[in-house]
Amino acid sequence: MHILICIKQVPDSAQIRVHPVTNTIMRQGVPTIINPYDLFALEEALRLRDCHGGEVTVLTMGPPMAEDALRKALTYGADRAVLLTDRYFAGSDTLATSFALSQAIAKIGETFGAPDIVFTGKQTIDGDTAQVGPGIAKRLDLLQLTYVAKIVSIDLDAREITVERRSEGGTQTLMTKLPCLITMLEGTNEIRRGSLDDALRAARSQIVKWNAADAGIEDLTKCGLRGSPTVVKRVFAPTARAEKAEQIDTTEKTSRDLAEELIAGIFSRQPALEDELAFDGDD
Amino acid sequence: MTEEKFDAIVIGAGMAGNAAAYTMASRGLKVLQLERGEYPGSKNVQGAIMYSNMLEKIIPDFRDDAPLERHLIEQRFWMMDDTSHIGMQYRSDDFNESRHNRYTVIRAQFDKWFSRKVREAGATVLCETTVTELARDSDGKVIGVLTDRTGDMILADVVVLAEGVNGLLGTRAGLRETPKPQNVALAVKEMHFLPEEVIDQRFGLKANEGCVIEAAGTISRSMAGLAFLYTNKESISIGIGCLVSDFAATMESPYELLESFKNHPSIRTLIAGSEVKEYAAHLIPEGGYRAIPQLFGNGWVVVGDAAQLNNAVHREGSNLAMTSGRLAGEAIFLVRKGGRPMTKENLALYKSMLDKSFVIKDLRKYKDMPALLHTNSRNFFTTYPQLLSQAAQNFMRVDSTPKLDKERATTAAFIKARSRWGLVGDAVRLAFAWR
Repeated sequence: MHILICIKQVPDSAQIRVHPVTNTIMRQGVPTIINPYDLFALEEALRLRDCHGGEVTVLTMGPPMAEDALRKALTYGADRAVLLTDRYFAGSDTLATSFALSQAIAKIGETFGAPDIVFTGKQTIDGDTAQVGPGIAKRLDLLQLTYVAKIVSIDLDAREITVERRSEGGTQTLMTKLPCLITMLEGTNEIRRGSLDDALRAARSQIVKWNAADAGIEDLTKCGLRGSPTVVKRVFAPTARAEKAEQIDTTEKTSRDLAEELIAGIFSRQPALEDELAFDGDD
Repeated sequence: MTEEKFDAIVIGAGMAGNAAAYTMASRGLKVLQLERGEYPGSKNVQGAIMYSNMLEKIIPDFRDDAPLERHLIEQRFWMMDDTSHIGMQYRSDDFNESRHNRYTVIRAQFDKWFSRKVREAGATVLCETTVTELARDSDGKVIGVLTDRTGDMILADVVVLAEGVNGLLGTRAGLRETPKPQNVALAVKEMHFLPEEVIDQRFGLKANEGCVIEAAGTISRSMAGLAFLYTNKESISIGIGCLVSDFAATMESPYELLESFKNHPSIRTLIAGSEVKEYAAHLIPEGGYRAIPQLFGNGWVVVGDAAQLNNAVHREGSNLAMTSGRLAGEAIFLVRKGGRPMTKENLALYKSMLDKSFVIKDLRKYKDMPALLHTNSRNFFTTYPQLLSQAAQNFMRVDSTPKLDKERATTAAFIKARSRWGLVGDAVRLAFAWR
């Protein structure tokens, strides 16, 4: 079985600071990590490989320094890593990213064997869109299982996989055919600690580096800034509001009292809202 | 995996470990470096001032790409009482030479760079890997290490212990004693963000020039300790450290000392409006020459803080670490080149090289200083700073008192506080410890 997992190197959002003067996000010196959601997908991929045999290939698109994230993935036990890196990819939004990744996945399929499962994390902590996984599935015409909490079973002979998917109001148990794309939910497992052999192998591995041409990408207008309809106009820290948060004393009050107090509080600050909602009232 | 053997294993990726690993790897040795932190530098804390001369001896063209903050053109030394400071300062345009003598650095960034150099030199570097035990053969010779990752022991001809001040592994292996509380200082430090222009203005600097302040006095509350303030490009490192034994005896809290230092009228304005980016604490070996443990043995050498190589008087540590790491690497290379085994007898070469260097010569010069400052800490860190400050104020303040009376009052204050013999004794003791 060939399992491919897409990861992203992201700034550790817990350590991002805002410049006190310019109010812009300071990226300099912020340590980078593997997107935490991706680690759940990676562990799931490694478990499947350990149970059923095969190989795990890790793919990322990013600047040359993203090699660190791939090397770390190898330390955890992945078998192969591919870094998609080219200045043409700079400024990619989710549309351009899913295009480049899907092309690279197709190329990986040609080079190392077509993947049976493509994993991604649920979303990344820096973009929070959860669009790239589904984007890849659509472009590669893969069946997609999003927000997967658990892989129940996999039948390689019948080429079927059964998973639990968390959705609003409950859990769905879904079965689908391979190949498929799975986006993995957080908290579903815990990333392993790689063995000494894995760590040594990772430290010495040559990471496969592909530029656009290597990945078989011909249409560069679909890449990077040119292929990205989304434009980040400005990144800034929200200014603190003048209004202070207020604590409502809850002792010896019924929830009705509290609700009324809360609503009265809101209406006293937003009189327009009261007028607006009054029309909807039907009692 | 087949059992693999390295020429050398280096434990730790700080200044000493990186210097040793680079020195050996760049001379063609097969080197494995093991670091317990998430990345090289993640566990390392320093003020931090980096000394060019010692790094040049390892990586001559380090200025091309090392992340350096500011080169130092000014040093201030302040004696402080609660409201004043009396100081000495030296500033020279000569330090604006093309190959600067000292730089402030941010270790997290600097160590990443250094580690990259080590890897480029050909060493294998594993992070998040803690060495749990030294492996020995039946004769007691160290032949490799065991780690906290699943897998076999890793073999090597020689193990370089560069594990830092705590030296847990060396202590556990019986290669050294646990450092004594009076030989170790606990320092706390904060990084305060300030825009580059603001730092330039406040310290009268331009174009990457830097200034450092070292301060002693009542800020350490009679304990043996020093405070510091270093200018980085866009931040100020500020901290204070005192002996662990003094902290234990006085029950003072390090962070409270740092708060008082930051709020001292002489310091407050320098860091006003800054934002704290980082808080760190670390131990510093301060026992000096007399606290240096056995430095080599059968199949092992110890370098840097783990070998207690730190010059507390001059606030130098990283250069001693780099130099000891380099000399250990060179010694191992020479022993190997001569086709000789890594026995205690042959590795004594490292010690003799270290003895000839500034490292041991400097530490020997100040061998009595730690004991002197420790046993007389109240006099040196409270009484004298107060007396000096009062004397200075007496001299500066203009009133109708005749100058002769002022001088008499100052002299009387010194004699009252320490007595004639006490003053002479302190001067003699200090002179002897310094010589």
